[in-house]
Order: sequence, then structure tokens, then C-alpha cells
Amino acid sequence: MADPTQWVKHVELYVNSSSTAAQQEASVDAIANLLKNDLLTLEALVREMEMYLTTTDSIIRSRGILLLAELLTQLRSKRLNDASIESLIGFFTERLADWKALRGAIVGCLSLLRRKSHVGVVTDDKVKAVVQSYLQNLQVQSLGQHDRKLCFQLMECLLDRYPAAVRDLGDNLIYGICEAIDGERDPQCLMLSFRIVEILAGLFPGPSGPLADFAGDLFGILGCYFPIHFTHPKEEDVDVKREELSRALMLTYASTPLFAPFSIPLLLEKLSSSLPLTKVESFKYLSYCTSKYGVDRMAEHFETLWSSVKDATYVSPQTNLSTEVGFMSEMGFQDSDIMKQAFVLLQELVQQSNGSFISLILDDEDIKIFMNSLNQYEDFDNIPIDIRQRLHAVGRIISVCVNTSIASCNKVFESFFPLLMTYLGLSVAEPHENSCLAEDYNPPGRLNFGALYLCVEVLSACRYLVGSDELTPIPDFANQTWCVMLHNVSKSLATVFVSLLRSNVAENSQNAYICYGVKGLQNLAMFPGSLLAVSKSTYDSILLKLMSVVTSDINKTFLWTLAMNALVEIGSFLDKCPDSERLSSYESIVVEKIFSLISSDDLTMPVSLKLQAAFEIGATGINFMLRVVEGLDEAISATLSAVYAHGNRKSVEPTIKLLEYYSNKVLPWFHKSGGSEEIPLNFALSIWDKIENNRSFNLDSLENELLDATMMAMKQAVGSCSEGSQEKIINKALGVLLSSNCLEWMKSISGNTQSEVEGLQQIHKLDSFAIRDEWITSLIASIVIALCPQTYIQNGKFILQFFITTLLNGHVPSAQALGSLVNKLPLKITGTPLSKNLCLDEAVDMIFHSCIWTSYNGSTYERGSSEIDLSSLRLCSLSPESDKIHATIGLAWIGKGLLMRGHEKVKDITMTLLNCMISDGDRGSLPNSKHPSLVCNDEDLHHQLMKSAADAFHIIMSDSESCLNKRYHATIRPLYKQRFSNTVMPILSTLMLKYDSPSIRSMLCRAIAYVVSDTPLTAILSEAKKLIPLLLDCLSMMVEDITNKEIIYSVLLVISGILVDKNGQDAVAENAHSIVNQLIELTTYPHMMVIRETAVQCLVAVSELPHTRIYPLRTQVLRAMLKALDDPKWVVRQEAVRCRQAWASIASRSLHF
Amino acid sequence: MTLGLINANPVVHAKKERVVRTEDSHTDDAVDPLEIYDFVRDIRDPEHPYSLEQLSVLSEESITVDEKLGRILITFTPTIQHCSMVTVIGLCLREKLKDHFPPHFKVDIKVAPGSHANEESVNKQLNDKERVSAALENPHLRQLVDECLYSSEL
Repeated sequence: MADPTQWVKHVELYVNSSSTAAQQEASVDAIANLLKNDLLTLEALVREMEMYLTTTDSIIRSRGILLLAELLTQLRSKRLNDASIESLIGFFTERLADWKALRGAIVGCLSLLRRKSHVGVVTDDKVKAVVQSYLQNLQVQSLGQHDRKLCFQLMECLLDRYPAAVRDLGDNLIYGICEAIDGERDPQCLMLSFRIVEILAGLFPGPSGPLADFAGDLFGILGCYFPIHFTHPKEEDVDVKREELSRALMLTYASTPLFAPFSIPLLLEKLSSSLPLTKVESFKYLSYCTSKYGVDRMAEHFETLWSSVKDATYVSPQTNLSTEVGFMSEMGFQDSDIMKQAFVLLQELVQQSNGSFISLILDDEDIKIFMNSLNQYEDFDNIPIDIRQRLHAVGRIISVCVNTSIASCNKVFESFFPLLMTYLGLSVAEPHENSCLAEDYNPPGRLNFGALYLCVEVLSACRYLVGSDELTPIPDFANQTWCVMLHNVSKSLATVFVSLLRSNVAENSQNAYICYGVKGLQNLAMFPGSLLAVSKSTYDSILLKLMSVVTSDINKTFLWTLAMNALVEIGSFLDKCPDSERLSSYESIVVEKIFSLISSDDLTMPVSLKLQAAFEIGATGINFMLRVVEGLDEAISATLSAVYAHGNRKSVEPTIKLLEYYSNKVLPWFHKSGGSEEIPLNFALSIWDKIENNRSFNLDSLENELLDATMMAMKQAVGSCSEGSQEKIINKALGVLLSSNCLEWMKSISGNTQSEVEGLQQIHKLDSFAIRDEWITSLIASIVIALCPQTYIQNGKFILQFFITTLLNGHVPSAQALGSLVNKLPLKITGTPLSKNLCLDEAVDMIFHSCIWTSYNGSTYERGSSEIDLSSLRLCSLSPESDKIHATIGLAWIGKGLLMRGHEKVKDITMTLLNCMISDGDRGSLPNSKHPSLVCNDEDLHHQLMKSAADAFHIIMSDSESCLNKRYHATIRPLYKQRFSNTVMPILSTLMLKYDSPSIRSMLCRAIAYVVSDTPLTAILSEAKKLIPLLLDCLSMMVEDITNKEIIYSVLLVISGILVDKNGQDAVAENAHSIVNQLIELTTYPHMMVIRETAVQCLVAVSELPHTRIYPLRTQVLRAMLKALDDPKWVVRQEAVRCRQAWASIASRSLHF
Repeated sequence: MTLGLINANPVVHAKKERVVRTEDSHTDDAVDPLEIYDFVRDIRDPEHPYSLEQLSVLSEESITVDEKLGRILITFTPTIQHCSMVTVIGLCLREKLKDHFPPHFKVDIKVAPGSHANEESVNKQLNDKERVSAALENPHLRQLVDECLYSSEL
């Protein structure tokens, strides 16, 4: 047992009104912990607290009671014996009369009443006592907001948890609740009081119960809250939203049919309000109440309800002409919220009323007159806008009736369908009567648009009815009246719709006809076959018509798109509800046609449209897509053969398109829909087959685009394969490679050292690397680029060697492939080490020690030296500079691959590149005199080499689309760019200090610019102080060369990033002068507009720097802006005005200086 | 100074939509009337919380530019014939454009022929350098002009 002195101080702390809220909370927790751990019993506590609970000082008493209540709240899940619960609830019940210390009593009752049954609950007798005391003593509306809320919570808890106990109180209870909630205004309390009424209504459901007498009074209180409207939109009550409150009130209204005599008249009356919100709410409440009250209660109001719905939708419709959708839906009308809710109510009424409501609609004089007057408005153009709105409203009303139930659908068909058909010149009686409509039937004059519109609406509503899942068991549709009627006319209807598509008038009104013609056909085709409403022959003819539009009407874009969409819809409907007969029709008519379309080289239809049609149709179902892909494969294979074997130049263009479509659409689709990897695998293999079978290529080397497209498709295909398939592809490719000529020249340069120089010469002879070999090399490179890290590469060493050789020939994809290889190779080979297997270290060794980089002049290569001795290559007598350029590019990609996986060898590569850049300095001392004739040319080449070394940093830092990215399974360590920039930047900046030679410095600047512009800005900001002078140096170095404009722009973006950032501003403040000078120089940069624009924007940002720093620069900037105001480009002038004002306002508004 | 407003109930027109300029990286964008109009259309009227555009004092057509000679001519139409605010409007235009064009542009500001009772003297006053700068030295006028230029009432 705990020592009383210990916890009594907590009690005192809590009761003391001068202690803080946190202290009080802590003391409650402390005592509760003692109680929970049985270190203190409840009895002992109460006994000790007696003074606080009974003192005449009401403040202390209320604190004491509240403490006890809070403790009980914390002990809600601890078992208490019945005796203590009984005495405690008795105490709190009694205390409810003590208005000065009320809160504690309410909280206490609440926490005891909320206890779960297994930890001891209050008995029903005691509950009754609580309610009685509540009703007797509590004047809820005279309390403060928080206390009211607690009171309501208590009542809600009583009603919710102890219905049996409180029910006996009957009238008293209801009266008490009325009194408590009357006049409530606080949203939170209102939520609770609505809920209380709702539960109360559930307690006394009977029509003769006590609630019946009070329903009028109770609703009198509730009625004044409708509609919920907040007068102070966003003040304290953000926690309760208007929608929540409105919903709670709606539930209350609908809680008992006893409210119906009061609520329905109120809601109907509110419908005539001029506030749109009120109308929307009224309709919403009405439809909810209809579903809850039951049809008997509502029957007497049917006529009023119908007239109000008609009023809102038909008589004074509120629709907006939506501009974007055009004719695609609802004649371009968009329902307002009021109309939407009115239609919901209509649907509810039709559904509930079992036929009586629908006859009200069908017998309505206005609707009848409107239907009979449709003849007046035959031509779409002549229909005034208000009639169009009515037409739309009637269409909606009818379709709501149709799609609600089968019975109502039948009724609508009986009363309206024959009339509509007569307007369209058809008869519903017997099918053969319409047979006079020939295939090429043309409607006499203009077709009645109103009838057409309504007919299509009815059809789509029917389709909705058939498609809805709620009808269980599935009724026998085929024998329903509407179905029989539809069956009788479906064929001729289809003919009428088809005739609409045939009209070749391209005027605007025609669009509406065409749109509804296609829509009608689409709806007809989407009735399930089991319904017998639309026969197979009709279905086939619909598909044939749509297909013929797709194949021949390519010039009518509007019609073509509509027909295409309709076919897609029909296809996806088939995919959802398969029907073997329909499926086979669709396959034979649509999919096969598409198939033959792609595989034929018929040029009447543009390839891009063909492909679009093929893809859209294919995307509706996996089986269709497989068939379409088959066609695509055939087409690609046919055109590729034409290109390879016959050098058919005409086929190049379509082939490129096919390949692009394949890689951009088809492969991603399969990837997304989780389809099999068969497709990409077969595609890749078939391309290799093509190459294998065509020993000689009749291609111009100029067809690079075709090669690029093929490489792209190959990468995509390999990238979406699994490891196993990738292995198959690479093995196949290796087979082709080994049987090709590539090997011969490769052998000539690899192998023994003596022939190396010779080999090098050979490469240059083989400059025209036969076209077929180039294709093979590039495609193998694409495969390697897209491989997964786990894929096992047979013969890896050979491939590595091969790429190293081709790389030196200036083949960039090989370099990228090498980069991908080192990026993905496993660190160690597990299992049996085969001599041909490759692991990372081995590969890196091979690359670094390969004959390409080592010396030819016999200088010994030291094993273990960490630097690749590139400089020795330069000593080779036969103009090797161009090779070195290629080698640097190769190194860059290899370095990127290594960097991305975080391999340390990237350091060596970096050092080599750096050496390459600064090699100019020691150049003169080298024994170059042997070949004086080459020196001049050499000089130029050497400059290029330095440049390519600097550009290598761009390759290393930037993201590449073509390789080493997520799509091609690259290993990417997080923050690799940051890490690289952190290691390289210090080196580069020290080198900048060390060298004076302008050519070296410009190269260093280039490298710095590349590294900085691709480093994340956050990393730069921390270094901003050091970087800014360097960047300014870079800018001043690079402005002279036009070709540098992109780099300048990216550096400028970095600077502007620094200037805009808060931390960056602190860093640049001391360099403000030099920054402004440099920026001013750039505002006149003639070669690129965005540079000038950004420079001016940067100057605006500079004006935010501390006043003392920039004030002296003011005149200088203003003078520069005067020039910028005369800029040839409008955007720059605009920025200049802004900048001028910003700088002018530093001192005063005057622009004089 | 005034006995109430000079034009108490002006006709307010709708604002025209701004033309979004298309980027053309190859050709130079010459200074065109629209560019100038975009600068001045939002100047507030000295009397009403409406822009000059809304009161139809200015329109794109009332501005002509000759880039070769570096001349800009703005003709504006006061809302009523004897508007005494016409000089203030002219001052605002001049003050606004001063910041926006390089010094070799000469800006002429005139009232539309026949739109004002003292057309000639107003035109003379508005294009007289000395009188313009003298007017802007006047703190009262200066304040009025600044209010029109930098007002956020629109």
C-alpha cells in the first residue's frame, strides 16, 4: 500500500486552482497509476478525499469531484466491484443536483456508464435513477458550451447503452430531451442532439407510442435548423463541417415515419426557395426520407413531388452549356446540382412506388405535349436552346424511369417507344414490316433529332438496367415487353443509325447526328447476346459499319474518333461480360481486320492511324492485344526484311514508326498489365533472326534513325524480360556475333602484343566497319545495357574485350554497355568458378589493364599502380589522339557505372580524366620532335582530347535516358551525385589555383560547371561561399565561346538557386559586387535569350540582399537595365522593367542616378 | 477643390483578356502597341476604382509605335469633354512609361481629337518637359499620380 502522504499531495495539487493544467494532468496520472497497480484502493482514496468531496467551498468541491471523475475515466478498463460502482454512481447521481460542481458529476456518470460489461457495469435501477436526476436537475440550455456537450454525451450514452432502462420513462424522457435541445446553436452540441433524437426515434418506433404525441413538438425544434447554413464560415467551428451537420440532420429527419406529416411539407415548401443550396438540400432530404419512410407515407405527396421535380428539371432547367465536352455527352449540357439531386429523388420515388409514380409521369400532360410536338423541331439547328434543354430534361427523366426497374422500363416502352419509332419512320409491331428498309436506306429529308436523341437515351438506359448487378436472380429479360419491342426494331434501328454515318455533309449540325448515330450503334452492340434483343446479324453489321468507318473514313476526324471509341467501348464490354458468340464476331470482324490492316503494306491508311487503331482495340483485352501484337510482329519482320535485304528505302519510315510504337506503347502496356514476357522475348529473338538470316545488308550508313529505333525497341524488350529470357536473348546475340565478320578484325587487334600497333592501324582501315557489323555491335550493346544485375552472362570476358575494342573505334553504345556492365556485375561469383565467368573486380582489372590504355612504347606498366597510364598512349607514334578521345568517352561511361554503384575505382578514372585535362602543361617537355609534321594537327586534336575529358564529367554527373537508369535495372546508390561532387570539387578548385594556362583553366571551368549544375542544390548551398567565386570564374571564362551557351545557362540556374535561397543569400552577400558584375555582363549575352532573362531575374534576386552591400551597385545595375529595356526580346524587356523597379525602390522611387 | 465628382457615373466596360505571348526563339520581338498597352491598361482612374481599360479611356488601337524612329504615340479619350482630370491621366501615362522604355524612345501623349474642350492646351501641357517635371515636383499632384500608378484597389 502506498503511503497516503505520497499521493495526497497530488490530490492537493489538483484541487489547487493555481496549479497549471500540465501539473494537474500529471497528478491525475500519478494517482491513476497507483490505483491501476492496486497500490491504492478506491475506498481508501474516497475516504481520504472526503473533505474535498463534501466541503462547502464550491470551487474546491467541484475540483475534488472532477478529480474523482477523471480518475474513474482512466480506470475504465480496470475491474471494479459492484458495491463500489453502486455507491459511486449513487454519489454522482446525487451530485447532478449540485449545479455549482456539475462538471465532475457529469464526467463521473459518463465514465461509469461507459464501462464495458466485463469490468463491472451500472445496474438498470441505478441508470434509471441517473436519468431521473438528469431530467429533474439539469437545465442544459443554461449551461456553458462544454458542459452542454457533456450533458448531451451523457444522454446519448444513456439512450445508446441502456435502451431498456430508459424506455420506461416514456413521456418524461421525451419531454426532457425536447427541453434540453431546444434552442441549441453550437455545431458540436447540435451533432450530438441530432444523434440523440435519432436514437430516441429508434426507441419508440410504434405509431401509438409516446413519441407519436410529441412528434410535432420535437419536429418543431428540429425544423428550424433546415437548411443547415453557417453564417460565420471559417471561425471557431472548423471541427464540424457543414456537410456533416447536414447529414446528421437528414438522418434525424428520416429516423421515424412519425415525422413525415411535418417534414415533407416543410421540405416541399423549402423547394420554392430562391437559394440553390436550399433546393439541393431539400431534394437530398426528400430522397433520403422517401427511402426511409416507405411508400405509404409518401403516396399522398406524389403529385406535389412530381410537380416539383418537373419544375426543377423540365420547366425551369438549370443546365450549363459545357464547352469542353461538345456533343460527346448530353448534347453539351451539364446538370446543375439541383437537377442531379432531383433526378436522384425521381429514381428513389420510381423505385419505391411500385408503378403508381411512373404512371404519374407518363400521364403528365406537359410531357405528353412535348413528345407530340417533337415533329416541330426536326432539324437540330432549328431547335432553340430552351427546347434543347427540355429535350435533355425529358431524356433524363425517361432514362431514370427506364433504368430504375424492369416494370417501369416496360411501361416507358409501352407508352413512348412506338411514338419515337414512328418519328424515325419505323414500326414496333412485327419485325418483317420494317424489312422494307434496304441496306442503303436513306432517311427521307432530315431525321427527327428529338426522337433520335430520346431513342439513344432510352437504349443506353436499358443497357444500364441490364448491366446493373442488383437484379438477383437475373430476371428473364427476353420475355419482357421492352425486350420484345426492341427485338422487333433493332435491325431497322441499326440501319437508321448507319444511314446517319453515311451522310457526307461536314456541317456542324451534322456532327450531332453523327454523334448520336454512333452512340446508338454502340448501345445496340452492347446488349448481351443472351437478351436476344439484338440479333447476331445486326451485331455483325454494326461492327462491319464501324470498322469500315475506321478503315476508310480517315479524313473525317470527328467520325473516325467516335467510331474508334465506340469499337473500344464494345471491346471492353466484351472483355467484362464475355459472350462466346459475340466474342467470335468481334474477333473475326474487328480484330482480324485490324490484324490484316497492320500486316498489309497498303498505304491508303497512314501508318500512325493504323497503329493507333491497333493499339486502342488491343488495349481492350489481353487476347485482342496478343493478336494485334502478332500482326505488329509480322509487319515489323516484313518491313525489316525489305530494308535489310533489298535496301527498300520506302519501308524505312514505316519501320521506324512501327518500332517506336512497339517500344513506346505495346511493351509498356504488357509491362503494366502484367502480361507474359513471351512478347518481348519473341520480339527480340525475331530481330536477331532477321539479322542472322540476312548475311549482307543493303543499307546506307545514313539510316541511323532506323538503327536508333531498333536499339530503343531492343532495350525496352530486354528490359522488360526476366533474367532467364535475357539470357536466351544474349546467347542468341552472341551466336550471331561469333558467326559474323566482327571477330576477324577484333582478333587482329587483341591477342599478342607484337601485333598491337598493327592492329591499331587495322582499326582505322576498318573505319567503315561494315554496316551489318555495326548493327550487330549496337544491338548487343543495347542488350547489355538493359540486362538485369542477376542475369548470368556467358562468355562475359569475351564480350568485355569486344566492347573495349569497338569502343576505341568510337562506338558510343559500346561505351555505355561497358558502363552498364561494370555497374551491374556481381561482386563475387558464387558456386563453381568457371573461367569464363566474370565478376566485378576481374572486369575492372581487365578494363584497366587492357592493352588499349597501356603503353605501346615498351614503358613498363606497373601492376598495382592505381592510375591508368593514359598518358603513355599519347606517345604512340601513329596519331592516336582520336583514339584517346574515344577512350575518354569510354572511361566516362565506365566511371559513371562505377560511381552509381559506389565503387572506389571511380577515383582512378577521375584522376585519369583530370590528368588528361591538365596534360597541356607538361606537353612541351615531351619528345615529340620525331613527327614535326603532325604537331600542328596534333595541337588541335589535343585540345579536343582535353575537351572530351572535361565533357566526361557531364556524362558522369548527368542522368542518361539511354542507359544506366531505373528502367534498365541500373544499380543506383542514393546520393551518389552528392558524394562525387564532394570529392571532385575540392580537387578541381585546387587545380584552378595551381594552373595559369588559359586553355587548362577553361577546361577546368567546363568540368566544374558540369559537376555543379548536376549536383543537388542543397549540397551546393552548404558550400555556396566557396563555390560562388569559382562559378563566377567559370562564367567569365565561358562567355567567349558560343558553343558553351547551354553550360552557361545551367550554371546561371545554379546561381539563381543560391540567390533565391535564404541560406544562399547569406553566403553570397560578400561577393555581391562580383556577382552583379558578372550578371550584368550576361544581360547582354547575344546568343541565348533565356540566359539574358535569367540574368535579369537573378539581378532582381540580388536586390533582396542586405542594403549596405548592394546600395553602391545601384547605379551600375540601373544603367545596365536601361540597356536591357532595349532588348530585342519581349520577355527580357518585361523582366528588365521589373528589375529596374526593384532596384529603383531600394533608395526611393526615382529612377534618376 | 472639387464640388463632388466630375463624372459621377462613368460607363464601365469589361476587361479584355490578356493575350498570351507565344515564344518564338528565332525572331526578335519588336515593341508593339500591345506591349505598351499591357503596361498602362491597369493604371487606375484618378476618380474611380476602375482601370483606364475598364473606363475605355485607352485601347490597344489608340497606341501607335514606330520602332525605327523610336516614337510612341498614345491617344487617350477622357470620359467627358470637360474632364479636369485629363492632365493627371496624362501625367500618369508619362510617369509609367518613363520606367519602361529606353531613353531613345520619345513618348507623345495626346487626347483624342474632339474629345476634350481644351484639347490644344492639354496636348501642349502634356508634352512640355518643363511643365511635366514641374507638375511632378508638386507634392499634391505627385501623390495623386502615385496613387493611380501603385494603387491596389482594382
